[in-house]
Amino acid sequence: MKFSTLKRHFKEGARNTWRNSWMTIASIGAVTTTLILVGVFLVVILNLNHIANKLEEDVQIKALIELTAEQTDVDQLEADIKAIPKVDTVEFLTKEEELENLIESMGEQGQAWTLYEQDNPLNDAFVVQTTDPLDTEDVASQIEQMENIKSVNFGQDYVDKLFTFNQYARNVGLVLIFALVFTAIFLISNTIKITILARKKEIGIMKLVGATNSFIRWPFFVEGMILGILGSILPILIILIGYYYLERSGVTIQQFNFVQILPFNPFAFQIAGIIVGIGVCIGVWGSLMSVRKFLKV
Amino acid sequence: MIEMQDVFMTYPNGVVALNGISVKINQAEFVYIVGHSGAGKSTFTKLMFREEVPMKGKITVNDQDISKLKWKDVPYFRRNIGVVYQDFRLLPKLTVYENIAFALEVIEETPKNIRKRVMKVLDQVGLKNKARFIPDELSGGEQQRVAIARAIVNRPSILIADEPTGNLDPDTSWEIMRILEEINSGGTTIVMATHSKEIVNTVRKRVIAMEDGIIVRDEHRGEYGYEI
Ligand SMILES: Nc1ncnc2c1ncn2[C@@H]1O[C@H](COP(=O)(O)OP(=O)(O)OP(=O)(O)O)[C@@H](O)[C@H]1O
Ligand SMILES: [Mg+2]
Repeated sequence: MKFSTLKRHFKEGARNTWRNSWMTIASIGAVTTTLILVGVFLVVILNLNHIANKLEEDVQIKALIELTAEQTDVDQLEADIKAIPKVDTVEFLTKEEELENLIESMGEQGQAWTLYEQDNPLNDAFVVQTTDPLDTEDVASQIEQMENIKSVNFGQDYVDKLFTFNQYARNVGLVLIFALVFTAIFLISNTIKITILARKKEIGIMKLVGATNSFIRWPFFVEGMILGILGSILPILIILIGYYYLERSGVTIQQFNFVQILPFNPFAFQIAGIIVGIGVCIGVWGSLMSVRKFLKV
Repeated sequence: MIEMQDVFMTYPNGVVALNGISVKINQAEFVYIVGHSGAGKSTFTKLMFREEVPMKGKITVNDQDISKLKWKDVPYFRRNIGVVYQDFRLLPKLTVYENIAFALEVIEETPKNIRKRVMKVLDQVGLKNKARFIPDELSGGEQQRVAIARAIVNRPSILIADEPTGNLDPDTSWEIMRILEEINSGGTTIVMATHSKEIVNTVRKRVIAMEDGIIVRDEHRGEYGYEI
């Protein structure tokens, strides 16, 4: 396509956008609302996913050994655990080490536990890491059934809950966003339909003199694109500014072991890119829908 | 050259507009299509231009079988044919110059060529001094001349005119006829559907008469042949 032709298409597209200002505002509003929700939804879901993954990496199984177990039993246990195919590493942790860890992790309050150093109430334990975090639960239950194991615990519980919540949030969010995206597409296609009706005569003459369909279609593509891009400006500002302050405020949720949210750069910019992308898609799709049936002559 | 072989055309609503048409129109011929309202004249011209597609039969235009034309090739095919209608079909907000240039812009002609050709064709229809006027500032005859200029600016080999004088008074009609004859003398085939007995009987050309979707008469230097 010649440059002068391209310039013409953009001029036409821009003029049309300007001309039906009310419909333009309505459809930009719809795109904006949709994209704000898409943005917030993506930020929340991707961060929850990130946190859940981070936590899951840390999930270990701690198998406490009965006090009555002999050294040979312990050796046997270690061999048995290592024999489970999904197990990656097995580490033996004496009760003394464990107490030390505990005291350390509790800081000030931990001092009280030093009293127990003489008469340690804890058990020796195996710390087991699986190759795939998803197998943790399975492996844990296998170990639990072995002889000389007092109990097994692992942090899978709330990671599971997080994943479940995440999945639920994702499904609800997706349904909502699909509904919004379709509303936005519908509004854009109607806006463009008005332009087309206003220019029906012009299009008829274009066909008369042999303009190709793609030539006729271009300005409407441009119009859709402009609507999509204009609609994504506010959502991008909201996401960039909002996320910048969110990150700076340093929210780390205690329950999530102080895992950080995804870093502003590049995450916020990626979201911004996705928002423009979706905005343009909505615009172009909307224009495609309305132009299609007008060209069959 | 235009050739139709056993062409049938039924509109989607079931109206049979053409009921078996076979005809041959040579290059540089001037042909009138006459007949009562609803006889199928417009449909006949629409088929040549690929505005409608026949249900059955073969249509050849400039050695190209257009019943087999693909959708994407239609625009390129149309660039070889000019069309003029009774209602001019000009864009009201554009000037005379812009209206004609529009036809070249949308087929992506270069700006330099556009200027040259538009000026030439304006001269041909005698409207050079009205290039900056908008259609509303022109008489009906002048508007039709703009429409003709637009139709021939791309130098088509065929010009189809569907009742080009239908909205014009007799004097103006003669003016349009003079221009069409001039275009024809340059080698352009002209197919003109008309209800004008005066024109057909005065400017003698080949006459194809239609009735109920078939050709009932086809004579060289023919007459209108109907009472009005
Ligand atoms: N788009 C259409 N859809 C359905 N039927 C149509 C259409 N156009 C024309 N017809 C029908 O086809 C028949 C032929 O119409 P056509 O327009 O070819 O006649 P015509 O000879 O040009 O008439 P006129 O002199 O009034 O212009 C008519 O019965 C008309 O009602
Ligand atoms: Mg007609």
